[in-house]
Amino acid sequence: MSFLRRTLDSIYPHVAEGAKYAKWYPLYEAIDTIFYSPADVNRGRNHVRDGIDLKRVMIYVWLAAMPCVLVGCYNVGLQANLVMQSMGVTEVMGWRGDMLALFGIGVDPTSVWDNFWHGFWYWFPIYAVVFIVGGFWEVLFASVRGHEINEGFFVTSILFSLIVPASLPLWQAALGISFGIVIGKEVFGGTGKNFLNPALTARAFLYFAYPAQLSGDAVWVAVDGYSSPTALSVAASGGVQALQEAGFTIQQSLTGYIAGSIGETSLIAIAIGAAFLLYTGVASWRIMVGVATGVVATSLLFNAVGSDTNAMFTITPQWHFVIGGLAFGMVYMATDPVSAAMTDWGRFYFGVLIGLMTVLIRVVNPAFPEGIMLAILFANLFAPLIDWFVMQANIKRRGKRYAKA
Amino acid sequence: MASEAKKAIIEPLVSNNPIALQILGICSALAVTTQLSVALIMCLALTAVTAFSNLSISLIRNHIPSSIRIIVQMTIIASLVIVVDQVLKAYAYETSKTLAVFVGLIITNCIVMGRAEAYAMKNGPWNSFLDGIGNGLGYSLILIVVATVRELFGSGTLLGYTILQPVSEGGWYQPNGLMLLAPSAFIIIGLAIWVIRALYPEQVEQPDFEMQNAHQVPAGSHGGAH
Repeated sequence: MSFLRRTLDSIYPHVAEGAKYAKWYPLYEAIDTIFYSPADVNRGRNHVRDGIDLKRVMIYVWLAAMPCVLVGCYNVGLQANLVMQSMGVTEVMGWRGDMLALFGIGVDPTSVWDNFWHGFWYWFPIYAVVFIVGGFWEVLFASVRGHEINEGFFVTSILFSLIVPASLPLWQAALGISFGIVIGKEVFGGTGKNFLNPALTARAFLYFAYPAQLSGDAVWVAVDGYSSPTALSVAASGGVQALQEAGFTIQQSLTGYIAGSIGETSLIAIAIGAAFLLYTGVASWRIMVGVATGVVATSLLFNAVGSDTNAMFTITPQWHFVIGGLAFGMVYMATDPVSAAMTDWGRFYFGVLIGLMTVLIRVVNPAFPEGIMLAILFANLFAPLIDWFVMQANIKRRGKRYAKA
Repeated sequence: MASEAKKAIIEPLVSNNPIALQILGICSALAVTTQLSVALIMCLALTAVTAFSNLSISLIRNHIPSSIRIIVQMTIIASLVIVVDQVLKAYAYETSKTLAVFVGLIITNCIVMGRAEAYAMKNGPWNSFLDGIGNGLGYSLILIVVATVRELFGSGTLLGYTILQPVSEGGWYQPNGLMLLAPSAFIIIGLAIWVIRALYPEQVEQPDFEMQNAHQVPAGSHGGAH
């Protein structure tokens, strides 16, 4: 037995049932099962769909988000450094500046190294706060209820840190994740029983509670007092033409060098994550295909209908995919196995509903520039109903088949 | 008799709260709770209407033909609501403008009809009157809690006095915009129900179905089987 196993075994008697620190068993269990297979495996007859357990699923999603983290950090730094260069500022203010100075890192926008670390000190504090605060709630509920600590929280925390603007105040990140974990998940019984995506619930809470920090033109570039319109707000003002005039290109969106929420800008990073999720079978391709179908169909419909007053009608499907958070939501959020539909056809319809609602909100609702967050939450509510209809249709179909025979 | 009267007034406060347990009268609880002062006026209005409608209906309960009793109850409640509305317009005009249609909508408040039908039709006038007051107070309790949270965190004030200085006025507090939207009242009522049911577990409903537990840790074993 290894040192680690011996250490864990020596702790076990103190947290076992009836022991002094039994309340802490969930925490012990979580650490133990990260390194070793759990002892409490199923016995007797099982209905095994897949040989992979929840912990590995969640860690795969966490890994799949890594490309977005790396590119996101780089891009946040790049955007900030570019703006600072144009403003003639050569020093980062506050503790981030101290951090960069400590490691001797400059603010040169042409240096990958400088950009990455500048962005890193925006993303990392958000992630750390989200992880600690969210983890606190997770452990608290697990201890009180005697549940295991679920790794779903690893996914929620990293995804949440990627869908917020880099300039988000840290206390808002803490408040948002608290709402997402407690109201979005724990009150319904914890991981596996939540019907809403907790990361999106957290973001929706912040979006409605503190719109000034979560939307508008001033929040996306991490430089105080600088505002730059996002691709979506440009598109809303003048359609594809305005996008091109403002210097947005599809290539730019593919690489991700535009302003936006931390992890959502780079289509290439998202595509790597998507490929990994599809290869490992963690994410459902049916949902992704559904979302894409919904977006293409709805935006083509709007293109065909046309409008004299609303420029968003002219945005073509390919632009819809590259601007805003659509691609990120489609790959990482819509495919959340807990809050999505469970049946094969249900997953497809669920995706279509998301795609349809996203484009609808983007195009015809002037109050919300982006639609993917609300569209996924909306479709989450309908997922059980969609499954019910799919199952009813299946029962009817089988009934007919056997009636004929 | 005294114990029955005491029960009528105490029970609806927590152990049989019209909002938290019976889930009645939610609509106005969402609509009028962005400001505490408005919520307080609404509580007074609803308590008065419930108390006097219960009293009047109880007085004539033996003369109301069963087949038209709902119409009779409605007539009495509607008359009382009109009186309350006129009083508010005369003595609290500004608040009555803020409350707008919600005073009129007391007629449709499920609590008033519910108490008339469930209690006043079967009990004497004095107990019915107390039951009306008790239910009005139970409603008020939740409304005051919701309105306090919403006004304090949504605008940083209580009864119009600034408690948390908002950033826009040079203070430190960032008002929470969600608190000014109706959904926040749902969330606060939900949390209030959570607290009440944690304190009074007998209020928790039976689960619709039992979860199968296929995941039991055998005694004596723990992590690291291999």
